Amino acid sequence: MASDKAERLLNLYIMLLAQTRFVSKQDIRRAHYAEYPDNAKGDEAFEKAFERDKDDLRELGVVIEVGSLDAFFDDEPGYRISTDTSALPEIRFEADEAAVLGIAARAWEQATLARRTTEAMRKLTAQGVEVDAARLDLVPPSLRAEEPAFDAFWDATQKRRVVTFDYRRPGEQPRKRRLQPWGVVRSSGRWYVVGHDVDRDAERVFRLSRVQGKVSGIGKAGAYDVPPGTDVAAIAANLARRTPDVEATVLVRQRAGVGLRRRATSVEEDVPGPDRESGWDRVVLTGPGSDLAAEVLTYGPSVVVEAPDELRADVLARLRGILEQEGSR
Amino acid sequence: MSPAKPVVHAAREQVARLLALVPYLHSRGEVRLADAAAALGVDPDQLDKDLRVLFMCGLPGGYPDDLINVDLDALEGDRIIRVANADYLARPVSFAPSEAAALVVALQALAQSAAPETQDVVRRTLAKFEAAGQTAAAERVHVEATPEPGSELVPVLQGAIDRGHQLELEYHVASRDEHSTRVVEPRAVTRVGDATYLDAWCHTAGGDRVFRLDRILRATELDTPVSEQAGDARDLGSGWFAGEEAATTVTVRLAPPAHWVTEYYPVTDTRPGPRGSLDVDLEVASEAWLRQLLFRVAPHAAVVAPQEFADSFRAGAQAAVRLYTEPGVR
Repeated sequence: MASDKAERLLNLYIMLLAQTRFVSKQDIRRAHYAEYPDNAKGDEAFEKAFERDKDDLRELGVVIEVGSLDAFFDDEPGYRISTDTSALPEIRFEADEAAVLGIAARAWEQATLARRTTEAMRKLTAQGVEVDAARLDLVPPSLRAEEPAFDAFWDATQKRRVVTFDYRRPGEQPRKRRLQPWGVVRSSGRWYVVGHDVDRDAERVFRLSRVQGKVSGIGKAGAYDVPPGTDVAAIAANLARRTPDVEATVLVRQRAGVGLRRRATSVEEDVPGPDRESGWDRVVLTGPGSDLAAEVLTYGPSVVVEAPDELRADVLARLRGILEQEGSR
Repeated sequence: MSPAKPVVHAAREQVARLLALVPYLHSRGEVRLADAAAALGVDPDQLDKDLRVLFMCGLPGGYPDDLINVDLDALEGDRIIRVANADYLARPVSFAPSEAAALVVALQALAQSAAPETQDVVRRTLAKFEAAGQTAAAERVHVEATPEPGSELVPVLQGAIDRGHQLELEYHVASRDEHSTRVVEPRAVTRVGDATYLDAWCHTAGGDRVFRLDRILRATELDTPVSEQAGDARDLGSGWFAGEEAATTVTVRLAPPAHWVTEYYPVTDTRPGPRGSLDVDLEVASEAWLRQLLFRVAPHAAVVAPQEFADSFRAGAQAAVRLYTEPGVR
């Protein structure tokens, strides 16, 4: 029953909390796991339950110290929880800072992290922080993760645990990978995991949406160290750099192409255009070449590229491609 | 692809709530069940159940004095929580690494997207987490700045709402890719799903309207006070958007370079098509939206059905090609 387990977890926490000495596994078993019989099978079941309970406490933020009971016999480990490492540090927030917290707490739309944020906020509330997010002119950013593999990679990254998964690159069969994840990165609306590919013995980046099926953790937590100086943000910046920026001049129908106008470097109104169905404006904007073509195409017959020639040719070729599709007559 | 269902850890979550509840009570003495439930974001019935577990816990030893004391009479009678003999639980447990990371990453994203006036308070808040040594876990996560278009308008919109003034908006109508200017009586700025909206009574349309912030090009606060038509904010969250436009099932054939579409848009069915292509079914509420997607990945997506959508996409492509090949013809 859940409440039996909850009782045991809480009692275990209280027993180990604020102990000057390490508490032996024997004493722990006697106090909280008395239902496991004193035989090989019972021993194994106890070990399993105790491991799970320690993991559960760690998930809650508890740091369990493991040490030796006796300086001369270090074969029997003991356990304790110190308030120094397991109690939330005192953080005081001004009213406007608390309001910011309340807004940030609504940012995650991914279910697991939304819950983790709620738990963090609850701890701050328990510490006396009063959150009133109502009157601050801020909109929470939207942090999403549609990729089913996100949870597993986030968790493995936090725990430093090796994972294995099937990865499918476009046009290839899925292949099994083993990875020491260093970090997760969101760039251009997609999540990536950065880490050390164990089989290739090299740094690799994987797109989460290309991970197939289940991601399995192998081995223990804390199994490797992230190389010092690893900058997950810099690796993200590398991902974002696709093609060099180009400056493009496009003609946009008046009262159309709002997205292009929003980020234009200049807009010249009322210029001669390719037709007279509407007025036209000349808009200059900069962006990575590959993205600009897609962006301009989005507006269909409301935008025409004037320059550069390569962009104009690319967009026209792709538009003609639509007319050459089979079955589109 | 739907996101994986989060695993439920009922016992662990119950302990998490209790380890927050006790410190919360500790600094306040007795608290009404309803107040504690609201402050901690827990259902009152759940909190009642949680307290009955707390009642069974305490220091090992087995003497009545070792157990945490929960005043069940007060709980059942006046719905008041009184807990004693739990001083060792006076402080909340530290953040688990993923809790700290989730909150710090959210703050960093907020710092990236906030307007200059509010940057300062967000940075101050982050600095406090840093000072408390709570930002290490967040170093393993990075979220690239994707400022939400239109968020810079929030101070103007909220200011007008606070002062009870009407607004003049220049608004972009996505389905026609056109702007219009209109006067509205603003009620509230609300987030629904992944977009932020202004809820208002629109003079031009003569009715209630919602405006997506990323499509508002300009907002000007007027001196005119709002009338009673502005009324109270509506609850936009409860399926308000559902069924506004009837969705049509559209089958789209995606050549391999456009297969990524299935990773980013909800498709209801996927079947292999000819020569490595995929036939996918999409529920499309707005043809304009579909057309934008098809153009974006051109020429790697084609409409298989319905025929009207295929025809209008083709006509759009023809019109676009003519702009390049026959300028000035019409």
